[in-house]
Amino acid sequence: MESCNCIEPQWPHDDLLMKYQYISDFFIALAYFSIPLELIYFVKKSAVFPYRWVLVQFGAFIVLCGATHLINLWTFRIHTKTVEVVMTTAKVLTAAVSCATALMLVHIIPDLLSVKTRELFLKKKAADLDREMGLIRTQEETGRHVRMLTHEIRSTLDRHTILKTTLVELGRTLALEECALWMPTRTGLELQLAYTLRQQNPVGFTVPIQHPVINQVFSSNHAVQISPNCPVARIRPISTKYMPGEVVAVRVPLLHLSNFQINDWPELSTKRYALMVLMLPSDSARQWHVHELELVEVVADQVAVALSHAAILEESMRAQQQLLEQNVALDLARREAETAIRARNDFLAVMNHEMRTPMHAIIALSSLLQETELIPEQRLMVEAILKSSNLLATLINDVLDLSRLEDGSLKLDNGVFNLHTMFREVLNLIKPIASIKKLLITTNLATDVPEFAVGDEKRLMQVLLNVIGNAVKFTKEGSVSVTALVAKAESLRDARTPDFIPLATDDHFYLRVQVKDSGPGINPQDIPKLFTKFAQPQTPANRNSGGSGLGLAICKRFVNLMEGNIWIESEGLGKGCTAIFVVKLGSPERSNGAMVPFASKPLVNHIQSSFGGLKVLIMDENGVSRTVTKGLLMHVGCDVLTVASSEECLLAVSREYRVVFLDLSMPGFDGFEVAVQIRKRFSKRHERPLIVALTGSADRLTRENCVRVGMDGCVLKPISVDKMRSVLSELLERRTVFEPL
Amino acid sequence: MDVVQMLQRQFIDYMNSLYSEYYLDDQFNQLQKLADESSPDFVIEVVTLFFQDSEKLLENLSKALEQPVVDFNQVANHAHQFKGSSSSIGAHRVKNQCVKFRAYCEEKNREGCLACLQELQQEYIVLKKKFEILFQLEQDIVQKGGIVPTKD
Repeated sequence: MESCNCIEPQWPHDDLLMKYQYISDFFIALAYFSIPLELIYFVKKSAVFPYRWVLVQFGAFIVLCGATHLINLWTFRIHTKTVEVVMTTAKVLTAAVSCATALMLVHIIPDLLSVKTRELFLKKKAADLDREMGLIRTQEETGRHVRMLTHEIRSTLDRHTILKTTLVELGRTLALEECALWMPTRTGLELQLAYTLRQQNPVGFTVPIQHPVINQVFSSNHAVQISPNCPVARIRPISTKYMPGEVVAVRVPLLHLSNFQINDWPELSTKRYALMVLMLPSDSARQWHVHELELVEVVADQVAVALSHAAILEESMRAQQQLLEQNVALDLARREAETAIRARNDFLAVMNHEMRTPMHAIIALSSLLQETELIPEQRLMVEAILKSSNLLATLINDVLDLSRLEDGSLKLDNGVFNLHTMFREVLNLIKPIASIKKLLITTNLATDVPEFAVGDEKRLMQVLLNVIGNAVKFTKEGSVSVTALVAKAESLRDARTPDFIPLATDDHFYLRVQVKDSGPGINPQDIPKLFTKFAQPQTPANRNSGGSGLGLAICKRFVNLMEGNIWIESEGLGKGCTAIFVVKLGSPERSNGAMVPFASKPLVNHIQSSFGGLKVLIMDENGVSRTVTKGLLMHVGCDVLTVASSEECLLAVSREYRVVFLDLSMPGFDGFEVAVQIRKRFSKRHERPLIVALTGSADRLTRENCVRVGMDGCVLKPISVDKMRSVLSELLERRTVFEPL
Repeated sequence: MDVVQMLQRQFIDYMNSLYSEYYLDDQFNQLQKLADESSPDFVIEVVTLFFQDSEKLLENLSKALEQPVVDFNQVANHAHQFKGSSSSIGAHRVKNQCVKFRAYCEEKNREGCLACLQELQQEYIVLKKKFEILFQLEQDIVQKGGIVPTKD
């Protein structure tokens, strides 16, 4: 038997040791076999394992080692050669693989180690990212807070709300302990504590503005961290227990209202800042983070913008208020102006009366003087006085008329008058002047112009005089022709006044007067100006002519009052000029009595001194008054019968009484009824006695009533002898006597 | 200066005083002008008539105001009548008093009316006295053969 070549053991077969070896080898083999199994199992389980072939190698190594140890089990006893061979093969293989593996591991282990470091690195990175995420989330939160804050701030236009909201929101967002706003005082030398977050009513702390810290804050638009010991930060009572939190201050630009310009950004034009101070909670060891500072800066800017809006609003409201006040003032001024105008008119009216009275006295007396015995020199003087006073009277009348015309308070004084006579009078007045200038005046009154008309004679004459006077005034040589005719409807349509459509009816007609002169003419451009008062076109011709320029303006207004129209035509300079006016006049025969004839001339040409037994009836309830009136009438030569009541009057009245005087002094008197009765009884005008009312009251109403019932006259008491004479004379001559008021 | 002239002077002075103290006004002057040959006593007639009228009116007035319920319309009417007569002869002060009286009547002020009435009576009495003096003077002048001067 070939025994193994193994060396005989030196020791005797120790069973115990052998047993232990045996067992150990067995277990080692087991372990060696089970390790690759475990590896395979776990590798299969895990998804990532980059070195599979290393595993195989390692597995092989382990298996072979195991095999070696396993085969070793058989070498403890006497074993065959095959076993030996197997054993040797196994060992050789194992050695090879082990060396290979050892060599491999040199490469692999650094890799594995680096994987580990990478893993650590990634973990760290993940932790960092987590932290950053946290930060970003916080920032996002604060961003939202800012937006909300901004929204809150911008949602109000009230300055105080804006500032208060800012502080509240900031305090909430940043979890501040205290938040304060310092506003500059009016003088600009101090900062005053205006708003705080926690304290309800901040006491008026002030801090001088020239503090290095404050200057530092104001000089940059960033939020600056300041020391908690700074005066602006010492708002709350300091207690030594706590470590005050960090304080940050930021400037808030304030817009000065007067500097506000839309194009300038606040930084350029403002010099005033408010200071916002924010304090973190004490003892919190919190720090101001950059993003918080940025938030504060953003908020400060937003506040500035919001304040500027509030400022604009304030400004516009102030402007509106100012406008309202101005409106009120204007209204007042207008009313004052109206009052002034009314006062002026009153003044004019009074002055007119005051001025006219002496004027009339002068004119009357000078004319009376003219009729006395005078030496030629005296006569000349008197004539001069008369002429000047007439001129002055005319001017006074003109000015007053114009002001009354403009108010619309002038009323025409309509009456029956003789048209032909009026024309004659006007021409008589103009002829002397015209003959001096050697001008030829021709008149042509059409045949259809009636002799009598109803209208304001005085004013019509004034218009005619003015127009003809102008023609004569401005014409140096040649002729002036005056034509008057009754206008037909078609011929009256003037292109210049398309809305003036005269309609002739039975009651009235339109008189058209045309005054043509061969004078220097007028530039057509100047024609519209002619009728504006005080404006005279300056030509060499009329610079010396005098006159106040009122004439044509007044004429136009008179003509308009007479429902007519006046205009001037001229072909140009040097081609003469034609003035044309059309006025509406009433026809006397067919008038229905709407216009009552008022006596236009108070003085009659001749006054009778005795009335030759004119039979007169007096009705008066008052005995004394009756006796007096009777005496009066008897004194002037009348045959008087007196009655004391209306019944007696109606009984006594008959055709033989030419005049009946009714005394209206008694209130509730039926004198008017008497008048009506008398009129009824005597239908024929020439049979009826003339009825005259005697009254002590000078008011319009009495007169109107007299007119209404058809009385022929109304006379004011007290009556003097002379007055009675003139009243009777006028009555008999004109069959009417109404005293001017 | 003889008696007539003296009397005339007296008359003129007296007349002037009446005018200047507003007892009479221009209306009286007019009245005097109406006196001529046909009615030389015109003025005296009118004045006498005035006195009769006035006394009646004053009586009516006081009676009306003594009524328990005063009819102010009546009173006003009377006052108006009085006013008419007094203004017809030119009794200026009496007339003014009547105007005042009427105002009180419009207000229906009984006390005012009574007070006014008293004053009116006073004025009337005074005026009557003055007229009597005036007429006496006139009579004396005429008796002494002079003519009564008229106011220009």
